[in-house]
Amino acid sequence: MKNKFYILFLFISLFSLTNLWSQTITVCATCPVKSIKEAVKQASEGDTILVKKGVYKEANIKIDKGITLIGEDLPTIDGEEKGEIITIGTDNVTIDGFKIINVGVSYTTDYAAVRVVNSTGFLIQNLELEKLFFGIYLQKSNDGKVLNNKVRGEAVTEFNSGNAVHLWYCKNVEVIGNDVQNVRDGIYLEFSDNITIKDNFSKNNVRYGLHFMFSNNNYVINNTFETNGAGIALMFSKFMQVENNIIQKNWGTAAYGLLLKEVNDAYIKNNLFFENTVGITVEGSNRLEYSNNDFTSNGYALKVKGACYQNHVINNNFLYNSFDISYNGRINDNKFDNNFWSNYTGYDLNKNGIGDVPYRPVKLFSYIVNRTPETIILMRSLFIDIIDFSEKVSPVFTPDDLLDENPKMKRINHDRN
Amino acid sequence: MLKILKYSFYDLMRSRWSYVYFLFYLLLGIVLLFLNNDLSKAVITLMNVIIILVPLIGTIFGVMYYYNSREFTELLLAQPIKRSSIFLGQYFGVATSLAMSLIIGLGLPFAFYGIFNSSAIWDFSLLLITGGFLTFIFTALAFVIALSNENKIKGFGYAILLWLFMAVIYDGLFLMSLLYFEDYPLDKFSLFATMLNPVDLSRVLILLKLDISALLGYTGAVFQQFFGTSFGVILSFVMLVCWVVIPTFFIWRIAKWKDF
Repeated sequence: MKNKFYILFLFISLFSLTNLWSQTITVCATCPVKSIKEAVKQASEGDTILVKKGVYKEANIKIDKGITLIGEDLPTIDGEEKGEIITIGTDNVTIDGFKIINVGVSYTTDYAAVRVVNSTGFLIQNLELEKLFFGIYLQKSNDGKVLNNKVRGEAVTEFNSGNAVHLWYCKNVEVIGNDVQNVRDGIYLEFSDNITIKDNFSKNNVRYGLHFMFSNNNYVINNTFETNGAGIALMFSKFMQVENNIIQKNWGTAAYGLLLKEVNDAYIKNNLFFENTVGITVEGSNRLEYSNNDFTSNGYALKVKGACYQNHVINNNFLYNSFDISYNGRINDNKFDNNFWSNYTGYDLNKNGIGDVPYRPVKLFSYIVNRTPETIILMRSLFIDIIDFSEKVSPVFTPDDLLDENPKMKRINHDRN
Repeated sequence: MLKILKYSFYDLMRSRWSYVYFLFYLLLGIVLLFLNNDLSKAVITLMNVIIILVPLIGTIFGVMYYYNSREFTELLLAQPIKRSSIFLGQYFGVATSLAMSLIIGLGLPFAFYGIFNSSAIWDFSLLLITGGFLTFIFTALAFVIALSNENKIKGFGYAILLWLFMAVIYDGLFLMSLLYFEDYPLDKFSLFATMLNPVDLSRVLILLKLDISALLGYTGAVFQQFFGTSFGVILSFVMLVCWVVIPTFFIWRIAKWKDF
């Protein structure tokens, strides 16, 4: 008997506790609460708002309590181009499973579908954003997650379009599994540190697939970047790790797979660069390590512009690129070692798998093309092959110490899963 | 004309040189594919062979055939046959048999290798088509040279010079002029200069397939239109056809007025 009382007491206390803790408010067209705004107003800290399927024409929803906003069967929030749609201004907010459309375009304010301001512990997941200006805009917010969102923009030009995921002064945020297409920058980070960007898919963006400005210690892994203006742009950043990404088909006059400008102490490992106009273009970047990458069928695999020192290019495969390396200037302080070059013509008499003759990756022709771009039309001509050969024998225009002393004879097999 | 074409063709098919030529390509194809094991690389090497070797062989063979069959030609001239039929028949006979050796010789190893199931099939067929065009162009040029030079040594000399000029010297001059005038806009000039040399033209046509990602790195609007759209391919093909038609017309004209 005593036991039963205990259990009853336990139940009652549990029930009252959960009641005290959190309450679920349901929103639908026939419910007592018909709009999300109304539900947010009624809710208190820790509550859950469950939104049923339907179209909710609401904009400027301000969330100032730590609540969970869940959409059932992907309800649509239509902003009717009135400006910002959801603004989160407090900690521990979750938004899950909505389709958000029609964010207003403005040339003075960056309207976003979801904006997080000065908050921590947010979770934004399973959203579908369409007809947007900015997608998910995180501003001075830390320790949150942006997971599995799908963004489809309609960007045509850079100046009247926004970014899908935008981080500004953020720390410790995870951006995982998002699929962003047809916006300006797929994922944009400015002054943001310790961000993990993983398993994202970024395609057809007008400017960059992923863009870093003044952001340090970030980790980019397992992403795919395809047919963007440029795949990844890292600028003015330090201690970055770029691993296991696939960066492909970025074609155009100013298109790069990976753009590095003033980046120091970064690792570029295990990536695949396939059919880009320029695989990697580097400017003013020091102490980088490029290892175990595959550069396949690019116009230029690696384009090194000025002021790059103490970089290491080790264990990469350079396969069928029109130019392996383009290099400005005559001074070289970078190390090329143990790579496989499909254009290597040397021999290996002692059969140790390493060519006996060093490989010179910079051709005279790439130097000529740098100077007079129109000469590109003479590529692969017999005359060009002859002058390239003579330059190879006695380098005059290209740095004579820029060579791979240990070129591999066979293609290196990288583990890439 | 068809009868003479047929005769020249069979005559050449029976000759040793066609077999040598055919076997050479067969061997080249086999070596490239089965010792290299890499289709993309094989196609690039093949491109070099095609734009250098095919014109050389076309030129030499054309001149040689004309001088060798001179007596037979004179015999034919005594018959009531139109002059244009005789010479055009011979020309097409030589060019067709050479093109056939090339296409079958290279096609067989690639077909056995499984090119039909590969994505490189278009690159490869483009190579063969340009190879065919180059054969026709350079054989025609060789016939023009041979028809206008009675002296065999002179004829051979001019033919080799023509090849050397088209394959190497032209590009050298081209490059020098581009570097010398680098301060001026050169897009149109460089495209125009390319059109004037069938070797360059074929090279560019193949480049459009192989190195398009590098070509797109250049920022000129004219280049962009040429490389970025099908305009470039179409224009190149039209120019190649012109390069066949114009020398053939000269064969016809010279043959018409020439004294034997």
